[in-house]
Amino acid sequence: MAKFSAKPKDLAKIRYTPPKTEWTETPVEFREHMFCHSAKPKDLETVGFPYGRAWSAKDDDWKLPDNWEQIILQGMKDLLGKYRSFQLFMDICVRCGACADKCHFFIGSGDPKNMPVLRAELLRSVYRGNFTLAGKILRKLAGARDLTVGVLKEWWYYFYQCTECRRCSVFCPYGIDTAEITMMGRELMNMIGLQLGWIGGPVAACYMKGNHLGLEPHTIKSSIEFFLDDIETLTGIKIEPSFNRKGAEILFVTPSGDLFANPGTYTAMGYLMLFHELGLDYTWSTYASEGGNFGFFTSNEMAKRLNSKIYAEAKRLGVKWILGGECGHMWRVLSQYMDTWNGPADFMEVPKSPITGTVFDNAKSMKMVHIAEFTADLIKHNKLKLDKSRNDHLNVTFHDSCNTSRGMGLLEEPRYIINNVCNHFHEMPENTIREKTFCCGSGTGLNASENMELRMRGGFPRANAVKYVHERYGVNLLANVCAIDRATLSASMDYWVPGVGVAGVHELVGNALIMKGEKERTQDMRLEPLPEKEGSENV
Amino acid sequence: MKTLIPFFAVVILVLLALAGVNMGNQQFLFGVIIPYAAVTVFIAGIIYRVVKWGRSPVPFSIPTTCGQQKSLPWIKQNKLENPSTTLWVMARMALEVFFFRSLFRNIKTELREGPKLTYGSDKWLWMAGLAFHWSFLIILIRHFRFFAQGVPLPIHIIESLDSFLQIGIPLLYITDALLLGAVTFLFARRVYLPSVRYISLPADYFPLFLIFGIAVSGVLMRYFVRVDIVSVKQLTMGLVSFTPVIPKGISSIFYVHLFLISVLFAYFPFSKLVHMAGVFMSPTRNMPNDSREVRHINPWNYPVHIHTYDEYENDFRDKMKAAGIPVEKE
Repeated sequence: MAKFSAKPKDLAKIRYTPPKTEWTETPVEFREHMFCHSAKPKDLETVGFPYGRAWSAKDDDWKLPDNWEQIILQGMKDLLGKYRSFQLFMDICVRCGACADKCHFFIGSGDPKNMPVLRAELLRSVYRGNFTLAGKILRKLAGARDLTVGVLKEWWYYFYQCTECRRCSVFCPYGIDTAEITMMGRELMNMIGLQLGWIGGPVAACYMKGNHLGLEPHTIKSSIEFFLDDIETLTGIKIEPSFNRKGAEILFVTPSGDLFANPGTYTAMGYLMLFHELGLDYTWSTYASEGGNFGFFTSNEMAKRLNSKIYAEAKRLGVKWILGGECGHMWRVLSQYMDTWNGPADFMEVPKSPITGTVFDNAKSMKMVHIAEFTADLIKHNKLKLDKSRNDHLNVTFHDSCNTSRGMGLLEEPRYIINNVCNHFHEMPENTIREKTFCCGSGTGLNASENMELRMRGGFPRANAVKYVHERYGVNLLANVCAIDRATLSASMDYWVPGVGVAGVHELVGNALIMKGEKERTQDMRLEPLPEKEGSENV
Repeated sequence: MKTLIPFFAVVILVLLALAGVNMGNQQFLFGVIIPYAAVTVFIAGIIYRVVKWGRSPVPFSIPTTCGQQKSLPWIKQNKLENPSTTLWVMARMALEVFFFRSLFRNIKTELREGPKLTYGSDKWLWMAGLAFHWSFLIILIRHFRFFAQGVPLPIHIIESLDSFLQIGIPLLYITDALLLGAVTFLFARRVYLPSVRYISLPADYFPLFLIFGIAVSGVLMRYFVRVDIVSVKQLTMGLVSFTPVIPKGISSIFYVHLFLISVLFAYFPFSKLVHMAGVFMSPTRNMPNDSREVRHINPWNYPVHIHTYDEYENDFRDKMKAAGIPVEKE
C-alpha cells in the first residue's frame, strides 16, 4: 500500500453534492487510507470473540459464516429488546437533516453516508425490512432493504467511520444518538468476526495484561521510572511512587497511552509531580493499568469485562476511592457505565480530597474522581504554588473531548486549571468547543495508521478551528484532557496546522508547579529550555 | 419518483373519497366507519408503539450533556442543559417538547476559501418546525368546537386570538396560513436542499402531501366553498356520542377532508410520525446526569467472564517479584 501522501490543500477540496445515484443504489467503495486492517484471529480467540479468520475488507469474499444473516437478524432482535435507545432511534427519525453537517467525518469527506442520518439509515433500512409491518409491505416506499453482503460491507465501512462522538445528538430534536447506533452496528458485526485489528489487539492485550498497550507489570514500572529520571533532571527531586500497594488511600488509574508515547508521557510526569508535591497516599496498579476501554468499541459485554478490573483492584488493595487520569472515552465509560456494570462500589468511601477536605458528592456512588475536578479543587483552595510564567512560551487553546463534554459535562474544571497555570489562553470559536466540540477524528479505535486519510478528514474541523486561533492569536499549543487526543491530534496538527503542539492539562500543571526543594527550573516538562529563563539570565 | 408516488397516492385518496361519496353514495362508510376505524387504529397503534418502546429497558444512563456538570460547589452547573435532578430534567424536556430546544441550536456549516470552515446561525428549520407543529395543535384544538355542545369558552378565546388580524369574511385564521406556509417550506427544503433531498424517502413526502391535502380541503371549506356547518356538527356530534348519523346535504369536500384525516390517523403509528410520542422517551434527553451519584440499574446485567487478578499474578509473578512489585503469593 502506498503511503498516504495527499496534500492538505487537495484534501480540503471537499464536494458536498451527493452523487446522482440514490444512496441505496450506490455500493460501498473501499478506498485506500480510509479503512483499517481487520482483526487478527488470535486476538479474537484470546477474549472469546467468534469467527476469527484472516480476511480483508478489499476481498470480495469475506469468508462469512454460512448463517451470517440469521446471526445478524437474531442479534438485532436481541439488541432491540435490550436497548430502548436502539428500538426508539430506529423508529422516530424524521430525516430532517439537522444532524447532517454536524459530523466531522461528513464535513471532512462530503460522503453523504457520513451524514449521521444516513449512517443510521444503513441499519434502519434493514430494521424496517425485517422488523416493521410497513417495511415488510411497502418495501422500498417505506425505505426498507434486505440484508445483503453489500449492505454488510457498507455497515463495516461506515460504522468504522464514526467515532461515537455524539455531536449530532446535541443537535437532534429527538436526541437520537448515533453513538448508540454505531455501537449496535459494531456489536452486530462482532458477532460474525468483523472487527478492526487496531481494536482487537488492544482489547486482547488489555484483557490479559491489564492495558491496551500490553505493558507487563515490570514494564509499567520501568516506564514510570524513566519519567522519574526526567523529573529529577528537571527539578532535582527524586520521586518514589508505589505500585499495587495495599492500604493506599487512593488508587490512580489512567489510560496506558500516557505511559508510552509523547506527548502523553509528559502528562504522566505532571501527575507524578503533583501527587508527590501533595504527599498523596496513592498507588498505581499494574493490573488495573488501563483507564480507557477499547472493549467499548466491540460489544457491551467486552467493555464490562475489561472495566471490571478497576473496582476489583480497588477492592483487593482496600483503597478508599479512585482517582482517574485525563482521558475522553474512559470517562464516558466510567461515568455512564462502570457503576451499572460492576458496582455497587460500596466497599469504598465517598471520595474526599485529603488535601482540601472537599467531599466529591457528585461521585458518591461510583467513587471515582476526575483529576481535573481534583486539581481544580486544589487550586481553588490555594493548595498549590504555581508559577504561570513557566508556561509563557505557550499560547494555549483547549480542546474539549467529545466524551467528557457530551457524556459528562466537564467543561469549566480544565479551563479553570489552565487559566491558573498559563498566562496565555484563547478559546476556539464558540460552535467548535464545549458541547459542540469536534472529535479529534480518530476516536473509538480508529487511531490506526493505515486509515490516515480518514483520520485527517475527520480531524479537519477540529484542526480548522485551531488554525483560526493559531492565525489570530498565535496559539501554539492545543491542550486537552484525553489520551487519544494526545496521541492523534499531534498528527492532525502537523498535517493541517504545523506549528501547534499538543499537551495534556497536567503537563501544563507540571510546568507551573513550584515544588518544595526544587532547583531553579531551566527546562520545561519536555526538557526543552524555557526561553524566558534564558532571557532573564542575560539581564 | 420519491415525490411522485406519494403525491399520486394522496391524489388517489382524494379521488377515492370523492368517488365514494358522489358516485357510490358511501357517506356512512366515509363519514362513520372509516373515521371510527382510523381512530381505533391510531389509539391502539400508539399504545402498541409506546408499550413496545417501554418493554425495552434503558440499561445505561446515557444523557447527552450539553452544559457544565454538577461538580464542585463553586462551579456553576448548567441545570437546564445538564440536569442532575428530575425537576430539571422535566424543564429540559419541556423546552425540548414545546420549543424544540435542540433544533434551535442548529448551525449551518460552510467550507470557504482558505480552507476555512464557518458555522452560521440557521434557524429556518426551527422556525418552520415550530410554526408547523403549533399551528397544527391550535387548529386541532379549534376543531373541538365540532365535538362539544355549544362552543366552550377556551375555544372561543383561541379562535378570537387566532383571527385577531381581522382580515376577510369569514375571518382569516393565522394558523391556517402558517400551517400551509410551513408545510410548503418543509416540502420545498426537502426538494431543493441536495443533501436533504438525498436522505428523503417516499415516506417523508407522503405525510407532507397528506397534511397539505387536509389543510387545503379545510381552508376551502372555511373560506371558499360553502359547507352546511349545522349538518357537519350534527355528524361530528353523532360520532363523539356514538350515535352516528349522516345528515343530508353535506358537501363532498367535507368527506375528502375527513377521509384524509382518517388516513393520517391510521398511518400515524406506523410511520415516522410516532416521533410525537417517542420524543418523551428519548434516553439522551429524559435522564438526569447523576450516574456517578446514584447507581443506575440495568435489569439484564449479567455476570461475565473476567481475567482475575490471581490469573494475572500467575502469569507475571516472577517478573513482578523481580521488579519489586508486591504479590499475593510468594
